[in-house]
Amino acid sequence: MILSTILNGKPIKEEIAPDLLLIDFVRSHGCYSVKRGCETSNCGLCTVFMNEKPVLSCSMLAARANGARIDTLEGLQKEAEEFGAFIADQGAEQCGFCNPGTIMNAIALFRENPDPTDEEIKEYLSGNLCRCSGYEGQLRGIKAFLAYKKEGSK
Amino acid sequence: MKYINQPVRKKDAMQLVQGKPLFLDDLARPDSLIVKVLRSPHANALIKEIKTDKALKIPGIEAIFTYHDVPEHRFTLAGQTYPEPSPYDRQILDRHVRFVGDPVAIIAGETEECVNKALKLIKVKYKVLPALLDFHAAKDNEILVHPEENWRSLCPVGADNKRNLCASETDSHGDVDQILSECDVVVDQVYHTKANQQAMMEPFGTACYIDAYGRLNIFSSTQIVFHVRRIIANALGIPKSKIRVTKPRIGGGFGAKQTAVSEVYPAFVTWKTGKPSKMIFTREESQIASSPRHEMEMHVRVGAMNNGKIRAIDVYTLSNTGAYGEHGPTTVGLSGHKSIPLYRDLDAYRFAYDVVYTNVMSAGAYRGYGATQGIFAVESAVNELATKLHMDPVKLREMNMVRQGDIMPAYYGETANSCALDRCLARAKEMIEWDKKYPYQDLGNGKVRSVGMALAMQGSGISSVDVGSATIKLNDDGIYTLLFGSADMGTGCDTTLSQIAAECLNCDLEDITVLAADTDSSPYDSGSYASSTAYVTGKAVELACTKLIKRFKKFAAPLLGRDYKDLEFDGKRVYYPETDESISLMDIATKSMCGNEQALEVTVSHSSPVSPPPFMVGMAEIELDKETGTYELIDYVAVVDSGTPLNPNLVRVQTEGGLAQGIGMAMTENIQYSEKGVLSNNSFMQYKIPSRLDVGTIRVELESSYEQTGPFGAKSIGEIVINTPSPAIAHAVANATGVWVRELPITSEKIAMGMLEQEASK
Repeated sequence: MILSTILNGKPIKEEIAPDLLLIDFVRSHGCYSVKRGCETSNCGLCTVFMNEKPVLSCSMLAARANGARIDTLEGLQKEAEEFGAFIADQGAEQCGFCNPGTIMNAIALFRENPDPTDEEIKEYLSGNLCRCSGYEGQLRGIKAFLAYKKEGSK
Repeated sequence: MKYINQPVRKKDAMQLVQGKPLFLDDLARPDSLIVKVLRSPHANALIKEIKTDKALKIPGIEAIFTYHDVPEHRFTLAGQTYPEPSPYDRQILDRHVRFVGDPVAIIAGETEECVNKALKLIKVKYKVLPALLDFHAAKDNEILVHPEENWRSLCPVGADNKRNLCASETDSHGDVDQILSECDVVVDQVYHTKANQQAMMEPFGTACYIDAYGRLNIFSSTQIVFHVRRIIANALGIPKSKIRVTKPRIGGGFGAKQTAVSEVYPAFVTWKTGKPSKMIFTREESQIASSPRHEMEMHVRVGAMNNGKIRAIDVYTLSNTGAYGEHGPTTVGLSGHKSIPLYRDLDAYRFAYDVVYTNVMSAGAYRGYGATQGIFAVESAVNELATKLHMDPVKLREMNMVRQGDIMPAYYGETANSCALDRCLARAKEMIEWDKKYPYQDLGNGKVRSVGMALAMQGSGISSVDVGSATIKLNDDGIYTLLFGSADMGTGCDTTLSQIAAECLNCDLEDITVLAADTDSSPYDSGSYASSTAYVTGKAVELACTKLIKRFKKFAAPLLGRDYKDLEFDGKRVYYPETDESISLMDIATKSMCGNEQALEVTVSHSSPVSPPPFMVGMAEIELDKETGTYELIDYVAVVDSGTPLNPNLVRVQTEGGLAQGIGMAMTENIQYSEKGVLSNNSFMQYKIPSRLDVGTIRVELESSYEQTGPFGAKSIGEIVINTPSPAIAHAVANATGVWVRELPITSEKIAMGMLEQEASK
């Protein structure tokens, strides 16, 4: 079947197998930030945006992206760099393998809710597993980033 | 200090947070053959017949290998210094399969699709044998997991394949039975920990190709490049000169990647076919056929007098190594040697163990490496002792815990030269408001809040075994390259080791370029495990830099017309202090590249005769529903003595991360086998690791001591941090309910059943 989509702002039209998963489609287009950590939609590492909403690309057929806009961290490098620096300042990126998925979802959170409480942050990101950090450093980084953003908007 | 004890960013941090392609599957050659293995559906069976003809006809299939195609000699996948204590009990493929998931055939093809098709078309007839699934019954059972004649144990660890023994030993001091009989109070209990999965976010993976010299290049997500070189040479029966091992960024290791779980299969494919190949484990494979923690059952007896003086500790550990013996003989040792020494002035101790083979997945190395299991048992027993003595468990610790300057007979007679455990305990108690909260507070709505505690220790490298080496060289413009063989698996050692170099050489951190973990270019390193990198390799970096500075002075001496001993180096120049005559580092670098015969490059290897323990106190606060046994972790407080924290940010995050992993082990991470030996917990759906909603609040403080033998006073941090949650949470549950859960994980079901039994016996 023919898939027509916009990946990180670039239109793509190509023949795909009907059972191709979205994660394999985006990785085949060089979007290596999208990781596979499980096959059961538990870890959140494969998070991408479909029409600006975070979805798990390992649990979605590429065909469903037909006519949609798909964004990965490759298309959000400026935001990743700006926010990621706050995670880096905590040393909370650690191995880095879960970072792209978590950062994607964090960006989605900030867009939806620019001033979240700790509980809202934890709940929004609860589908993003991390085995290195124990999550506290990520939370400190997110809060430092939000404080910086607040300061900047004054 | 400019860099030591400073919270600098990891050198690779910004690339990682931007999701750059730095991991194995991002970098493997796109033309790699896809390698998968067909796995045994039986826990114990012999292959009677294996037919691959139909599978080979699938378009795109390159090769299928069975036990007929592989060398017959045995080896171990354990990443350990040669001669490995782990027995040589594996073949690449074996006619005898020993657990559900044991490889039966290796399939290589152009696409995942064709390989998956071929997997289904391989026809195997098995002679199914009775399986040995209960590790209590393993020793001297008539079912032998390794009946074969070419099984080999290289070290005197008490192994005997004809008895299902992977190791067996007794170590003691004094007459334990006599002293226990003299004690006023004795706790005598059995504790059981499960074969937890490291569950690093990146599954196992390896890619291979043949280089310009016809050598097998193994590019792998591994903690142990040098050991992998030996393991592959052993497995394939080829010279080490034919093998190079390197690694990309690693998506977490925690010991899982201290065993060559995925390397052998693509290495065999590429060596046989000459074509590049890769094997990326699925999460399911990572759960069912990898290298988890050794399941252990520990029988502990702790005896004390009514005044609280602990006089004797007796630990017998039964460890389940599963179908193969990777890390079996060594992990078990820590269950006693790193739990008993937490207590000083014992009149007697005994530590004995058996490590047995069974027909379940083989175990491996997991953060804590046996100490985690032993500390759950011994710390639980000491907490039970406090209850029996009607004594505050903190006070019991204050009376009996190891102190700086103590000789630790159960820790190979080493002295605790750096130990801030007393300060850790005092601070943790303050942070959690122990005196106010112990043992519990009734909230009046059927719920109680309670607290629990535990002490922990670990080591810093394996004494007189682990080798860390560093090469530091000067380049143009006065910049440096630092080479070492340890593997940064997310822990940040590329950065902390650079911090040591930058501190010694008084240069900017940016002026240190790191090249690590490449068997062709790195100086030898045992690898990143056993909490060794900061302490052992870190010291090698410090020594190498000191030597390089001396070399600068010798280089500058004739140019300045002075004796090198009278010269100083300040990072930018070598100078003669009396006259301030100097030559800049830049000029030294430039001159070293023209008509020069002195290498401005130094390599130092280092090994330590001691393994100074880091120490730690953990305290948990939970809220528990007395109707259902359901509980939540509210607060976890930990205070750690890891010597000088080289990078406080990274030490803190290591601690928080290890605690979260320990919390998972304590509360939810279960391992359940069916009667046929099939593992149920084969995905993140069934094997529940903590999310950020499950860990409560984790609060960490560092309480430093200074370890003379470590770089800038540092000890290790990586492993100790997983050791306190299980005993501390079990203690909090007991303080809330009176029920001691002695088998992990501590589920609400076990608590509720315990409370019902308590009711019934009243």
